[in-house]
Amino acid sequence: MCDSASPNQFAQKLDSYIDSLTHKKENLIGVLHYAQEIYGYLPDNVQWHIAQRLDIPSATVYGVVSFYSFFTMIPRGEHVVNVCTGTACFVRGAEKLKEELENQLKIKAGETTPDNLFTLETLRCVGACGLAPVMIVDGEVHGRMHEAQDINEVLAKYRPES
Amino acid sequence: MDIQLTINDISLKVPEGMSILDAARTINIDIPTLCYLKLNEMHYNNNIASCRVCVVEIEGRRNLASSCSTPVSSGMVVRTDSLRAIQARRAMVELLLSDHPKSCLTCAKNQDCDLQSLASELGVRHISYEGEESEFEIDKSSSSIVRDPNKCIRCRRCETMCNEVQTVGVYSAVGRGFETVVKTAFDLPLSQTACTFCGQCIAVCPTGALTELDQVDKVWKALNDPDQFVVVQTAPAVRVALGEGFGLEPGTIVTGKMVAALRRLGFDRVFDTDFAADLTIMEEATELVHRIQHGGRLPLLTSCCPAWVKFFEHQFPDLLDIPSTCKSPHEMLGVLIKSYYARTLGIDPKSITVVSVMPCVAKKYEAARPELAQGAETADVDIVITTRELIRMIREASIHFDHLKEQEFDHPLGESTGASVIFGATGGVLEAALRTAYEVLTGETLEKVEFEVLRGMEGLKEAVIPISGRDYRAAVIHGLGNARTVLEKIRAGESNYDVIEIMACPGGCIGGGGQPYHHGNLEILSERAQGLYREDRAKPLRKSHENPAIIGLYKDYLGEPYGERAHKLLHTSYVARKKI
Repeated sequence: MCDSASPNQFAQKLDSYIDSLTHKKENLIGVLHYAQEIYGYLPDNVQWHIAQRLDIPSATVYGVVSFYSFFTMIPRGEHVVNVCTGTACFVRGAEKLKEELENQLKIKAGETTPDNLFTLETLRCVGACGLAPVMIVDGEVHGRMHEAQDINEVLAKYRPES
Repeated sequence: MDIQLTINDISLKVPEGMSILDAARTINIDIPTLCYLKLNEMHYNNNIASCRVCVVEIEGRRNLASSCSTPVSSGMVVRTDSLRAIQARRAMVELLLSDHPKSCLTCAKNQDCDLQSLASELGVRHISYEGEESEFEIDKSSSSIVRDPNKCIRCRRCETMCNEVQTVGVYSAVGRGFETVVKTAFDLPLSQTACTFCGQCIAVCPTGALTELDQVDKVWKALNDPDQFVVVQTAPAVRVALGEGFGLEPGTIVTGKMVAALRRLGFDRVFDTDFAADLTIMEEATELVHRIQHGGRLPLLTSCCPAWVKFFEHQFPDLLDIPSTCKSPHEMLGVLIKSYYARTLGIDPKSITVVSVMPCVAKKYEAARPELAQGAETADVDIVITTRELIRMIREASIHFDHLKEQEFDHPLGESTGASVIFGATGGVLEAALRTAYEVLTGETLEKVEFEVLRGMEGLKEAVIPISGRDYRAAVIHGLGNARTVLEKIRAGESNYDVIEIMACPGGCIGGGGQPYHHGNLEILSERAQGLYREDRAKPLRKSHENPAIIGLYKDYLGEPYGERAHKLLHTSYVARKKI
């Protein structure tokens, strides 16, 4: 996720990335990745802009964005919390972990807290099966998340100090 | 290299790379399919193997194979009719039906639906599967096309048509798994997209997911309103397709019977859009000469086709000064009915309803364009119905179409020449224009009026025609993808054409999105075109400028072609639009 740049700077950054590509149309997925990294999500106007720049129908861009679960059209919070629901984590209580996170954050998986601090999502196997069940916050893996207390402590690290 | 294989014990040889399904067709074995559709003349190939209906058994393979996507191989032994294949096929259709509205009786596609016919052919008597059903909103936002995603079977024929043939790209499969459905960008209503309303998606949709906006009831209402004087006009391409709705062969000319049926339905006057096609030639030919003499921008592009007009407004908003400013023929006739003809009859234009019968769904949208009206209350054309809708009206009125005695159009706006009849086929507008341009520019009689080089299903046809010491470079394009290629060349300054005819639908209006369904058989389009050329040959007058009613109209009312009054009534302007 990006720092506090203005939408205009986001657009410039995206445009210069697109300009740097030799093969534009062929790189739709790469461009979408980059755009999501800048904007945090892929709103309609960004998808439309990419469609114009890559000379691809906007419906096609929308179709691709809707297909891959990695892409999101809803703004994400400052921190993205992922629960692994792969086989090993599932067996070791991923469902309980997800429910506990839903309780503590007071949102359902796929949603963002009203203060825009956390987004809760699920993903499949991150290859840390030995630590199952795991949660991943902004790419950092936290293992053996069985207890509510442990989960709370992890989340606390990402809350602003009050 | 040819491949030897066996299908249902019949040995055959087919070229390498051919699918099992196509190979079977060469020996008259039909394997049913809902998604696979190949229309060679249009370079259309929807081959995504999504419906799984065409599965067959192949000796030595554990699983059934989809015959549309499996190429033949040497020594292959295929059974299309084994119990296993037939049961699997029926199961596929049952699965499709489990998530399909069971409203066949009231569906616009009733008895014209490929899914319905297949369920019937396979003897589906009950649906063994129960499960979730989709609930999508029906999109009635446009004045042309209705989208009911609940009836979509995800065959993606519409998407292939829109993206690859027309290059408009309005549709895409969106989502994944059960939720996948063909949608517009950002789920926008069709009216807010770059859809041209050509209706070719409707022409290939196997179910009722895509249909025209039905205006039949509006016409009945007008016909039963004692205060309305209801005038109808029919496009050239309707008369060679209408008969198909009543069991006649494609291409049968039913002009006289159609006129009789329209009178029976209660129309006060039956006029011919062909008259206005002759008028279009007068205006467009004069416009071309004017541009050449005054150093105007070339090429001149025809503007009869509303889907093509909307296409260039969205895709080439920087080139709005090159299309002809001529309104399309039915709009010209509409405005004349409400001005010239209203004056002749002494009727208030507000109490006249003009109904156009068109092979086209884009004409519905066109009629609603604000520029094509004389003030907010008087649209040039009030209601547009398609050939299919007229078939329904004639059936509704229990008219025995085949037994009708032929009748003539009303005068004077029903008079036409052979030049106007061929407007309905690709190349016809340009051919008609050349017949007039030649005689007007040279003052000599054109002996051979047929320009064979401009006819046929080739996507781009070109000709250089010398007239009075100048070579006129002309081109004929049908299909919007072909138009895009040429427009891009024009934009880049790489084209030296003087005049180009462009029609959105492959084949021209005979293949319009409002015509009776061809169900993948494009022979029908050629038959319709031949019908138009036969009608042209049978006409005593075959050049637009010889039409006595046209000559009279300019003399009595319009003044000069491309003159002041003609400009006010018969010409229009275009709007730059966004590409969505």
